[in-house]
Amino acid sequence: MATTHFIVHDKADTVGVVVVETVKAGETITGWVLEDDSTIKIKALDPVPLGHKIALVDIKKDATVLKYGHDIGRASAPIAKGRHAHIHNMKTKRW
Amino acid sequence: MAKTNGKSKGRRAKDLDFWGYRRENGRVGVRNHVVILPLDDLSNAACEAVANNIKGTLALPHAYGRLQFGEDLELHFRTLIGTGSSPNVAACVVIGIEPQWTARVVDGIKKTGKPVTGFAIEGTGDIGTIAAASRMAQEYVQWATEKQRERCAVDELWISTKCGESDTTSGLASCPTVGNLIDKLDPMGATTCFGETSELTGAEVVCASRAVDKKIQEKFLGTWRAYNAMIERHKTNDLRDSQPTKGNIAGGLTTIEEKAFGNLQKIGHKTKFIDVLKPAEEPKKGPGLYFMDSSSAAAECVTLQAAAGFVVHLFPTGQGNVIGNPIEPVIKLTANPKTAREMKEHIDLDVSGILRREMTMDEAGDALIDITIRTCNGRLTCAEALGHREFVLTKLYQSA
Repeated sequence: MATTHFIVHDKADTVGVVVVETVKAGETITGWVLEDDSTIKIKALDPVPLGHKIALVDIKKDATVLKYGHDIGRASAPIAKGRHAHIHNMKTKRW
Repeated sequence: MAKTNGKSKGRRAKDLDFWGYRRENGRVGVRNHVVILPLDDLSNAACEAVANNIKGTLALPHAYGRLQFGEDLELHFRTLIGTGSSPNVAACVVIGIEPQWTARVVDGIKKTGKPVTGFAIEGTGDIGTIAAASRMAQEYVQWATEKQRERCAVDELWISTKCGESDTTSGLASCPTVGNLIDKLDPMGATTCFGETSELTGAEVVCASRAVDKKIQEKFLGTWRAYNAMIERHKTNDLRDSQPTKGNIAGGLTTIEEKAFGNLQKIGHKTKFIDVLKPAEEPKKGPGLYFMDSSSAAAECVTLQAAAGFVVHLFPTGQGNVIGNPIEPVIKLTANPKTAREMKEHIDLDVSGILRREMTMDEAGDALIDITIRTCNGRLTCAEALGHREFVLTKLYQSA
């Protein structure tokens, strides 16, 4: 089986999780969607470390970020598809 | 004996028999400790001296036990009594600075029917107390080491779970592996427990939907709201320095909501929780899944679950939390391939194959059941072999 570079919990999710130790900027990577066992491809625009998230769609500033099919916070800056999504461009809605 | 709903489950449950220690009150333990338990911080030195004198005993030093009051004092007693009462403890020596609170702990543990004796330091001093307590501890350890394991059914097993230094691989694979085990063992009559009240923040409504009925749902939400109100009262920022932890953030977790949904994967897809426990409260409703109100700090949470009577713990980690507990063996699993490689000596089960699609969730769940039963039969966990004995009492507020 070809390498799975990232995994997506739910079809509705706007981010996926990188599960290989290095993803380079410009690399086209393969993702596995757990909900329906489908495969998707995306071009990474940033290097993304193991366990970190990559945006699967263009996410507008203040838009809700979805993972597990649920609200996991908001974009504190616009996040383009293929960009690394983390504390520099996302924030909790709690606390 | 195993209660079965159908033939295949019956066969399956029988395969999961394990070798445990049956205690005086009928409960089953998987370890056979003789504990030297301090009532208070002042008695740690005497307890450690006794444990040094008498090999095979275990002192449990801790920081508290003086001038506590109200609910915080109740929790202190509940935790100490629960720890001594654990089926993983064969017998217990309690040492306190004065006799009255010492007697309260002794009397609580005595209800299990196990051997327990208290000693007070005032009026005797450390040396006389240590001598008397050592003689008793020697008697206990020689008695306890003659106890034999017997065959026990999985419906006599009490399993707790809590994750730590989580990263996104926890929510993807190691926490769902625990969930797979719980979904398989719940119908066989296992008693299980999850907690971490604050780390369900963002997923609290979804978690509440997993309560067995409306009453328990409301009890859970009330518990979560009270904990959240405490955080709101004391916080000085958005908890960016604490929750998620620095380790969580390094591992790719960004927000408490994301962490919470990963955490919740530990209760599987089907199992409903049947009650909400106070910290260190023993479950009373029979077999099933329980939620315990608890801190999300690993050692605090596991200490409370062990004190409630849980005898084996499942601990998914992402970045590599190294926690253990003195009386409840802590089994660690990770799906992070880097952690599995670089911190191998801490990891009892590597499920990173799930992420490479080399292992299914079902296979991972079965592998976790296997290592759990082997641990119950006596295999030392990584944390036990490495000497991790984090015993951390939860303190609710300042002392008087």
